Amino acid sequence: MEGLSLTTIGLGLIISGAAYGIGRIAQSAMEAMGRQPEISSKIQTAMIIAAALIEGAALFAIVVALMKG
Amino acid sequence: MQHIRLFIALSVLWAITQNSFAADTHGDDSEKEFDPMEMIMHHIADSHEWHVVSYNSNGEEKHITIPLPVILIDNGLHVFMSSAFHHGEELVKKGDTYYKLYHGKIYRTDASGTIAYDDNHEVTNSKPLDFSITRNVASMWLSIILIIWLFTSAAKRYRGPPSAPKGVQSFVEPLILFVRDDIAYAQIDKHKADRFLPFLLTLFFFIWINNLLGLIPFFPGGSNLTGNISLTLVLALITFFVTNFSGTKSYWGHIFWMPGVPVPIRLLLSVIEFIGLFTKPFALMIRLLANITAGHIIILSLFSLIFVMKSIAIAPVSVLMVLMMFMLELLVAVLQAYIFTLLSALFIGMAVASEEH
Repeated sequence: MEGLSLTTIGLGLIISGAAYGIGRIAQSAMEAMGRQPEISSKIQTAMIIAAALIEGAALFAIVVALMKG
Repeated sequence: MQHIRLFIALSVLWAITQNSFAADTHGDDSEKEFDPMEMIMHHIADSHEWHVVSYNSNGEEKHITIPLPVILIDNGLHVFMSSAFHHGEELVKKGDTYYKLYHGKIYRTDASGTIAYDDNHEVTNSKPLDFSITRNVASMWLSIILIIWLFTSAAKRYRGPPSAPKGVQSFVEPLILFVRDDIAYAQIDKHKADRFLPFLLTLFFFIWINNLLGLIPFFPGGSNLTGNISLTLVLALITFFVTNFSGTKSYWGHIFWMPGVPVPIRLLLSVIEFIGLFTKPFALMIRLLANITAGHIIILSLFSLIFVMKSIAIAPVSVLMVLMMFMLELLVAVLQAYIFTLLSALFIGMAVASEEH
């Protein structure tokens, strides 16, 4: 452990961004499900796909950070 | 009858393992400082032997491991059991070359077993082509046998006249229907979906069962198979090939010559869409790998807390947290299998979509 490196800060930023994005998706999806409970399964699928795409972007960043660091 | 068969299978397994288990002793390292990073990496990485249990007898640390076959191609084919390495303590001589097992990898060495390093502390010894049946390969074969048994025994019930589901059939039938209706039919045009259903079902159950086997902490499980990049790479490549080989004219048209936009944007979009062809399976590969490996690392780190703190008082806290993580990992195991299958179905669905929207 050589203390706080730029990689560590970068990883923290990646996680914050991804968590914010996925949180917003979940929030909107739940609001939409509350308004339209009859199509909640469709909303859920769309929510998971969008969350997976954000997660994919975050994972790219994490892989690059780990390879550089 | 079922119980007798199970008993015989277990006794045969016991007999085999009794004979081939090499209970080796390692003296004088019981006072060694515990290194959580080393322990975690050892569990995450692939290895040439399948560790069953370690125990302490009269102050000596003993390991029981199942040796696995090593297959090297290096001026001819060399096949021997990994027990010949004695956990890396002894060299194996085949032809004129000596081989040494060092941190799970096999290197060529000289007669005294020297391992050389460069400035970055990377091993500079050359490696032979290694086609060994490693722990991950053995674990994969085990899971394949399990999957074939599960599904052939369920499928047998559909031969006769229709009847209510029974036994293992009532476990797999809802799952198969879930994959068919909520993944395949939801993402792929219904009249084209049946062609891809066997692939999607295999993907879902292979990933899920291997995720679950990886969570079993002792012998038949415990290998980090779905957290191995080679395996996720191959799964993602299969999805890539299935998607692109079944792509319609309009799919390729939308990639290289997007209809309905000005020409400069078409050129720009064709570059982006072409890169997108490869980033999609790449994301599939990394997602599964990262999720499963991260779960294993978290569980092992929480366990390491006890040994890092060197206190039994921390054990209840640690065990509770590990239990919580295990519950979460059970969810992640099925969620990752679902997401991998869903995204594969989505990509295939985009590739085979009909012209009329």
